[in-house]
Amino acid sequence: MKKVYVREEYCIGCHLCEVYCVMAHSRYPHDLLKAFKKGDPLPLPRLWVEEKGPLTFAFQCRHCEEPHCVSACITGALQKDTTTGVVTCEQERCVGCWTCVLACTYGAIRRDTKNGKMVKCDLCSNWGEPPACVYYCPNEALIFVERGE
Amino acid sequence: MALSLLTPMFKVERDEELCIQCKVCMRQCVNGVHWYDEEEDRMRCDHKKCVGCHRCVVLCPTGALTVKKYPLEFRENAHWTLDYIRSIYLQAETGGILLTGMGNDRPYPVYWDHMVLNASQVTNPSIDPLREPMELKTYLGRKPKAVEIKNGKLAEKLPPQLELDVPIMFSAMSFGSISLNAVKSLAQAARETGTFFNTGEGGLHRDLYEYGANTIVQVASGRFGVDPDYLKAGAGIEIKIGQGAKPGIGGHLPGEKVGPEVSATRMIPLGSDAISPAPHHDIYSIEDLRQLIFSLKEATNYEKPVGVKIAAVHNVAAIASGIARAGADFVAIDGFRGGTGAAPLRTRDNVGIPIEFALAAVDERLRREGIRNEVSIVVGGSIRNSADVVKAIALGADAVYIGTAALIALGCHLCQKCNTGKCNWGIATQDPYLVKRLNPEIGARRAANLIRAWAHEIKELLGGMGINAIESLRGNRLMLRGIGLNEKELSILGIKAAGE
Amino acid sequence: MGNFCEYLPSGCAISGIINKKGKRFNGERILESIAVMHERSNGLGGGFAAYGIYPEFKDHYALHVFYDSEKARTDTEQLLQERFHVDESGPVPTRPVRAITRPPLIWRYFVQVKPQQKEKQIFSVEADDYLVATVMEINEKIPGAFVVSSGKNMGVFKGVGYPEDIGEFYRIDEYQGYIWTAHGRFPTNTPGWWGGAHPFTLLDWSVVHNGEISSYGANKRFLEMFGYCCTLQTDTEVITYVFDFLVRKQGLPLELAVKVVAAPLWSEIELLDPEQKELLTTLRAVYGNLLLNGPFSIILATGREILALNDRIKLRPLTAAEKGDELYVASEEAAIRKICPHPDRVWMPDGGEPVIGRLQECIEKETTESAELA
Repeated sequence: MKKVYVREEYCIGCHLCEVYCVMAHSRYPHDLLKAFKKGDPLPLPRLWVEEKGPLTFAFQCRHCEEPHCVSACITGALQKDTTTGVVTCEQERCVGCWTCVLACTYGAIRRDTKNGKMVKCDLCSNWGEPPACVYYCPNEALIFVERGE
Repeated sequence: MALSLLTPMFKVERDEELCIQCKVCMRQCVNGVHWYDEEEDRMRCDHKKCVGCHRCVVLCPTGALTVKKYPLEFRENAHWTLDYIRSIYLQAETGGILLTGMGNDRPYPVYWDHMVLNASQVTNPSIDPLREPMELKTYLGRKPKAVEIKNGKLAEKLPPQLELDVPIMFSAMSFGSISLNAVKSLAQAARETGTFFNTGEGGLHRDLYEYGANTIVQVASGRFGVDPDYLKAGAGIEIKIGQGAKPGIGGHLPGEKVGPEVSATRMIPLGSDAISPAPHHDIYSIEDLRQLIFSLKEATNYEKPVGVKIAAVHNVAAIASGIARAGADFVAIDGFRGGTGAAPLRTRDNVGIPIEFALAAVDERLRREGIRNEVSIVVGGSIRNSADVVKAIALGADAVYIGTAALIALGCHLCQKCNTGKCNWGIATQDPYLVKRLNPEIGARRAANLIRAWAHEIKELLGGMGINAIESLRGNRLMLRGIGLNEKELSILGIKAAGE
Repeated sequence: MGNFCEYLPSGCAISGIINKKGKRFNGERILESIAVMHERSNGLGGGFAAYGIYPEFKDHYALHVFYDSEKARTDTEQLLQERFHVDESGPVPTRPVRAITRPPLIWRYFVQVKPQQKEKQIFSVEADDYLVATVMEINEKIPGAFVVSSGKNMGVFKGVGYPEDIGEFYRIDEYQGYIWTAHGRFPTNTPGWWGGAHPFTLLDWSVVHNGEISSYGANKRFLEMFGYCCTLQTDTEVITYVFDFLVRKQGLPLELAVKVVAAPLWSEIELLDPEQKELLTTLRAVYGNLLLNGPFSIILATGREILALNDRIKLRPLTAAEKGDELYVASEEAAIRKICPHPDRVWMPDGGEPVIGRLQECIEKETTESAELA
């Protein structure tokens, strides 16, 4: 399946991926200004930039072949879509038990403590292709491609 | 600490209505102009630190930023302009030579803008390059006095040539003065468009040997990075005598820019200053140059054209003629607007002559001596667009070098701070935080696009003139007319006035 | 006379005939042929080149010269006397024609290089070069003098007027030649100067030309490096000089000189076998500045052959035909059919594809020479 990959040698640490991730998951998914000015409360970004010295890279859910988070989910909110391969979370069924957070070997799931729900990358399934982070990455450090793994 | 008298050059204006406090500006400005005031929950800035590179403006996702000339006015004075006053404040504070980057920015006349091109009407058809062949191929290198034919066959092979699909090459810019990603961008673009990039005096990084067929390797006064493999790796060799931005001056890459990669590529100790002497200390005369030309030819088995690059100075025609006679296969002339990674400001702005005059004089001189066809002429140092290229070729050049234009394609915003190493665009820097800002895939695409775009435009202009091969333009000064030039200028350029 | 360093664009009619056996015929047929294309010229220039017309002086350079004044004539003659043996001289015979007004003084001289001049010059300049230098000097330095033609056993008859009137004026029906070319001119602007009419010549080369050489500026400046002075009001003279340079000075066979002036496209060169590819690449790389760019059809003649050629994308008309020992080339087929109603073959050569008609004695001589070489 096509996934988001980062080429850390070109990641410039601008965090625009986070900014646009927020927009894509806000009430105004195609209007950055409104998303930020009127979108309160703002959703959490589903990916984030890790930094150490000059090394920076954006990081998000790997949409594993056999996702531990899905096995661990106590309500069945987390599912791996059999056709697209995207690991999704049905928000209504998430009870905020954080089991998935513990199960994810990558640490790619965050807690939205305000809403008591987990949040993770959904590959912008409802937004468009490529995902907003890739589309707006100013240096093409993020790419959306199929890679044999 | 005594107060600095320097006032800001630029004023950063932020539209608070548009700012979303995403901090991109803060993260992107290596000069530390922007910061986030947590208490106020707003971005703030220090105008004094702004160099006008526009990185923040371009990266700001909501277009909240603009950078303006600082509105502070001195009392109007035609003689003591802002630049001269500031220079004195600065030198009074530092006691040093003023350094700068890029090319001469003074308001000297731009002769390209005083020449216009011809087009066909009625008596000969103009040619549509979308429907008819239009040829830009150019061969640079030594040409024989005559092609020897025996029994209908070629009796003697053509000396080694550089084959250009478009008569535009990337000027010498060293790894050191610019980042490896910038060099990679140009190398890849040169390969894609069938032209050449030039190593400058930076050596050839091991990752770039694969681009050898599109590389001109430079041998300059410091001989940095020169060894047999280097000489053999390129398609051609260029001896650098001078540079348009700093004729008569050598080069100095400060030790802090000499990291492991630069050190290995230049073959010098880590962290050591790389000083290129003003002259080559084995070339004090034209006969010495001849020896170096032929040493390099010997070293490469006479398989590579060897050219010589000089700055356009007063006596350029005689010098170029001497170089041609010393055995150079091409002469590269760099005009006084040519760029630099670092040069003394007063040298950059006051030494050398316009490339338009230098080219006209050199071409005419070589023709008068009957040797123009034996040697190729490449000019650089102010070529801004395809029309400049066409005018240069009509004046007599075989091809042009572009440096500044290529860097602008990569993202340069001409802030002239190359010498500081703090290039926010990742071009003129070795800082690992900044270098990665130039993704060479994007850089190569943009530089190649520029060459392709210009090639299309050159074809359109040629077609308009009713010619379908670039060699019919070369030296064809009848295609040019001067506007707003005096008799002397017209006669040096060898062109008529518009209406004549 | 005529120190104009630029050209005037013009449209035109051209025609040419060669008898490959060298059999001579008078100028009536070429006159008939060019007259058919009356519409293609506007009465501001016409002319003829004829080869084989002076067999009694075949080893002399035959100089046809225009003069504006007696002074120009005496100055020129003085110069000629200094440098050459002038074995015969006199006005070119003409007859009055109503349409031809104000002709210049038209003289001809049969000259040979003086032995002592030969000696003095022998190490640096051949006799031909010496003559060329003199022609250039007269045209450039003597006001009111212009050398119309300077080859051996050939001459050019041209002036301001329709070609049929010019032929009548010069009494070309009284000359016998084995090659004739003709030109009718349609200049879009002209000072009405006799020297500006075609054919243009240098030594044995003559050219008639229809079209405009857009690469003129590039060609001219290249040729100037080698002592050619492009002083006339036409781009046609550069064609003459280009061929003179390539064939006489650089020693290229005519067939390869054609590949310079109407060079194949790089994309065509790319497809050739390696040896041909290298040869043509070299020719273009070295002589690129001599590519004749722009619309043209030309007929070039020497004492040995005629060559008809179009620009490489054929922007001007050209037709060729053969019958028996004769080859015809002209702007229009009608101009050929008029004098040869039933040719064996008629064709329209492609752009850049030369039509060459060569005297058989020359072909035979070459074959023997190359056999000897082998």
